[in-house]
Amino acid sequence: MFKKSYIDISGAKKKQAKFENEVTFSCPKCLTRITATEKMQNNDFCPKCSYYYVTSAWDRIHDVCDENSFEEWNAHIKSLNPLNFPNYEKKMIKAREETGLTEAIVTGRGSIGGYDVVLGAMDSRFMMGSMGSAVGEKISRAMEKAIQYSLPCIMFSSSGGARMQEGMLSLMQMAKTSASVGRLREAGLLYISILTHPTTGGVTASFASLADVIIAESGALVGFTGPRVIEQTTGHVLPPGFQRSEYLLKHGMVDLVQPRAEMRSLLIRLLNIHQGENYGEK
Amino acid sequence: MARNKFEFEEPYLLLESKLEDLKKLSEQLNTDFSEEINHIEKRLDQMMEERYKRLTPWEQVLLARDLDRPMTRDYIRLLCSDFIELHGDRVYGDDLAMVGGIGMMGGRAVTIIGHQKGRNTKENISHNFGMPRPEGYRKAYRLLKQAEKFGRPVLTFINTPGADPGIGAEERGQAWAISEMLCGLSSLRVPIISVVTGEGGSGGALALAVADRIVMLSNTVFSVISPESCASILMRDVKRADEMAGHLKMNAQALYEMRIVDEVIEEPARQYLLDSPDFVEKLKNTINNYLDELGSLEISKLLEQRYSRFRQIGQFLE
Ligand SMILES: [Zn+2]
Repeated sequence: MFKKSYIDISGAKKKQAKFENEVTFSCPKCLTRITATEKMQNNDFCPKCSYYYVTSAWDRIHDVCDENSFEEWNAHIKSLNPLNFPNYEKKMIKAREETGLTEAIVTGRGSIGGYDVVLGAMDSRFMMGSMGSAVGEKISRAMEKAIQYSLPCIMFSSSGGARMQEGMLSLMQMAKTSASVGRLREAGLLYISILTHPTTGGVTASFASLADVIIAESGALVGFTGPRVIEQTTGHVLPPGFQRSEYLLKHGMVDLVQPRAEMRSLLIRLLNIHQGENYGEK
Repeated sequence: MARNKFEFEEPYLLLESKLEDLKKLSEQLNTDFSEEINHIEKRLDQMMEERYKRLTPWEQVLLARDLDRPMTRDYIRLLCSDFIELHGDRVYGDDLAMVGGIGMMGGRAVTIIGHQKGRNTKENISHNFGMPRPEGYRKAYRLLKQAEKFGRPVLTFINTPGADPGIGAEERGQAWAISEMLCGLSSLRVPIISVVTGEGGSGGALALAVADRIVMLSNTVFSVISPESCASILMRDVKRADEMAGHLKMNAQALYEMRIVDEVIEEPARQYLLDSPDFVEKLKNTINNYLDELGSLEISKLLEQRYSRFRQIGQFLE
C-alpha cells in the first residue's frame, strides 16, 4: 500500500550534504581532530588511537530511516531493581540523565526507502547497552508487533551482554528474545541483525546472532567472551584483528561487513529483494 | 565419605576427630563411654544437618561446584536401563564437555544431554572443566532435532562454569552455537525437562535450560555471571564474591521464589547424593511425573506454554 517501486536514497543524500559543512571532532582520548567525513570514513574510530565515537540509538535510527517516518513504541518501559541490587538505581538514573533515554534500546516502526519495518537500536551509552528485563521486553514486543503487522524486523545491537544487576531475570531475556525470533521464523518474516561496536555476551548469544541476514558494521568488535577476559583466562595472545567484523566475515560468522555510511542503502536493497513476499500488506 | 573441603564444616569435623580420640582413650583406659559417645555423635549429626539448612549463598556456590557431586553420566546410569552415547557435531569434532545420547528410562525412550565435568585434573582437562565449545552445543542441537524427529522427550543436566572462553571457541562461533540452542529449544516439538545438578554458569548453562520444567537440586546455583566476575567488575575486588553471591540471588531457593524454576529437590546433607534412597526416589518421581504431565499435552499447547513461560520473565515498570 505504502510501498514504492523505486529506491529512495534522498535520506542518504541529505547526510552527504551535511558533511560539506565539515564539522570537526576532537578525540577525547588523544585529542586528534578529524572532520565529520573522516570520522565517517573511519567508521567512527579515531584514526590515531582507535577511540570509538559512540553512535546513539537515535543517530542509528535517523541514519537509516526515511525522514520523520519513525514512531517509537513502549518508550515508557523502564527497568526496576527486582533484586534490590546495590547501586543499580543510581546507575540507571545516571544513564537516563546522560542519554535522555529510558532504557538501552529504542524500538518502533519506521520506513526505510519506503519500506515499512519494525526497528530496534541499542544504545551502548546506557549501562553499556546491557540487556535487562526492560530491554528484553521491548525486543520481544517489537518482534511480536512485526508478526502482527507482517513487517520485516531490523535490530541494531551494541551491548556488553546481560545486565548482571538483574541476575537471572536478565539471563532469561536471552531465552525470551530468542524464543521471539523463533516466532519470527515461523511467520516467515525477514529479520536482519546489524552488529555494531561493541556487541558481546548475552546479546551476541541470543537474538543478535539468529537473523536471516547478519551484517557487521565495519571495525566493530563482536563476540561472546570479551577480549580482555579471554586473555586473562587463557593467557593466550589474541591474533591481530581478533573479533573484529572483518575477522568474523573471514570465519564465516556474518553475511556482510558494511560501513555505517552505506548501511541505509544496503538495507534498502535487502528489503527490495524481499518485497516479493507479502510484507506490509496488512 | 571422608571430606574436609568446606570451611563451614571445620568446627564439626574437629569435634568429630576429638570424638575419635575419645574412643581411643576410652579403650586405653578400659572404660566404656560408648553411651556418651553415641549421644554426642547423634547430636553432632543433627548439628551438621541443621548447619546444612543454614548455608549462605556463597557456601552453596562452593557446594554446587563440588567435583564429588554426581555428574551427567552418573545420572544417566541411575535413570536409564539402557543408554547409547552418541558423538560429534558432524562439522568439526566431538566435545567431551557435553555428553548426549539416547536411552530407555522405565518404559520410555528419551534423549539426554548434559554438561560433563571431570573428577580430577586429568579428567577435567579432557572434559575442559565442563565448558562446552561450539561443537558441544552443535552436537546437542543435532541430538535435539533427532529427538524431535522420533518424538522422544529430552532431559538436560546442567553443570558448567560457563561456555568455553577461548580463542578457538570464538572463531567457531560460540555465540552463534548458543543462540541456536536457545531458539531451537524454544520451539522443539517434544517435552523438555532440565535439571540443574551443580553450577549453572550463565549463557553456557542457559543453552540447555530453555525447558518446559526446570528443576534445581537444593545446593545448586544458576547465575547470569559468576560471583567472582561480578565482584571484580562492580567492586574491583574478587574477594567480595561471597557478598555478590547473595546479591545475585543465584541459589535454588531464591530462584524458586522468583518463579524461574519449578521445583527444588532437597539434597541430603554430607552424603553422595545418589547413595540416598530418598533423594533418588524424589528425583525419579519428579522427572517421571513431569514427563507424564507434559506428554499428555497437545504439542501446540506445550509450545504455547513454553513460550509464555519465558515470555513473562522480567520485571519492569510500564
Ligand atoms: Zn584518538
